[in-house]
Amino acid sequence: MKTLLLAATLSLVSAAALAAADSGKQLYAVYCTQCHGVAGNGKGINAAQMAVQPRDHTDTKEMSARTDEELFKVIQHGGKSINKSVLMPAWGGNLKDDEIHALVGYLRELCCQKN
Amino acid sequence: MKLRLTLGAAAVLALGVPLAAHADVAGEVKQQCGSCHALDHDYAKAPTHERAERKAPPLDYAGNKFRREWLFSWLQNPVRLRPAGAFPPAHAKPSADGDVVDTATLAKHPVLDAAQAGKVADYLMTLTPFDTLIKAETYQPGTIAQRMGQMNFGKFKGCDGCHQDAPDKGGVSGPELYTAWQRLQPAFISAYIAQPAAWDPHTMMPVGDANTAAVHKLANYLKLIGEKQP
Repeated sequence: MKTLLLAATLSLVSAAALAAADSGKQLYAVYCTQCHGVAGNGKGINAAQMAVQPRDHTDTKEMSARTDEELFKVIQHGGKSINKSVLMPAWGGNLKDDEIHALVGYLRELCCQKN
Repeated sequence: MKLRLTLGAAAVLALGVPLAAHADVAGEVKQQCGSCHALDHDYAKAPTHERAERKAPPLDYAGNKFRREWLFSWLQNPVRLRPAGAFPPAHAKPSADGDVVDTATLAKHPVLDAAQAGKVADYLMTLTPFDTLIKAETYQPGTIAQRMGQMNFGKFKGCDGCHQDAPDKGGVSGPELYTAWQRLQPAFISAYIAQPAAWDPHTMMPVGDANTAAVHKLANYLKLIGEKQP
């Protein structure tokens, strides 16, 4: 009985934690859409003024060529870290590692929507 | 002794008038402004996606951020500073050429008369929870060549991805910066560029790795372009 109660409590706690945590989709909306677009197609409201166009996250071929580690690195340390544009900022000072992992997970959802 | 008590009572009464007035303004600001602007720092404890719910910038540290004279003037003539609003994705709509700002969804700020603007500006300037960040700031306004400042702002630091350093030149998700010098305290500009998340943990401004000298160069560029504005 005690084990059941404990399991129920733990499950409630983890459900509450999940509800409170930011999903990759929510984080993408806050930090990424202004450049990468509300649809993730690289055509955000800032894109028209940019010298280098933001990555189209719905481009399956391009995105498949990037490993999760590369995506994590570029979000954390910015475009410069992989010899790309400074217009991609480093978000490592704003986001915790688990939040960046959540974003990488969401990028994988975006890139595969066409499949 | 009697005189001392009388003087003391007079002092309390004299002090009581502005205190009461201050409390009234605080209540009015909370009532009139609080539905769009945060007036305390509770948002910092919420999950990041609270950022998506904001209708206007937080004002809980307004006294550390703004110049009083700018507040007084702007409240009487509130012009848009953020081309895409306080949370840009909420005002972006897809088009054939990519996302555009849906201006129909952007709310207008109420206009205050001079007396109201003065009271509100005075009250907002009392909201100074980050005095320590301001006091720790070492920025002394200086000069920078236009060309160098422009290259630093754009090519080297990529600030123009989100901000405009001249009308219609630069990104639209961040507030325009060619008027930043008029509206913001110099120490705030420098402190915010250096550590934006220390002010607002859910800021959409990236926490960069610029050293102090680089931050001061950016601040000097904002001074240069700001002073050229009417």
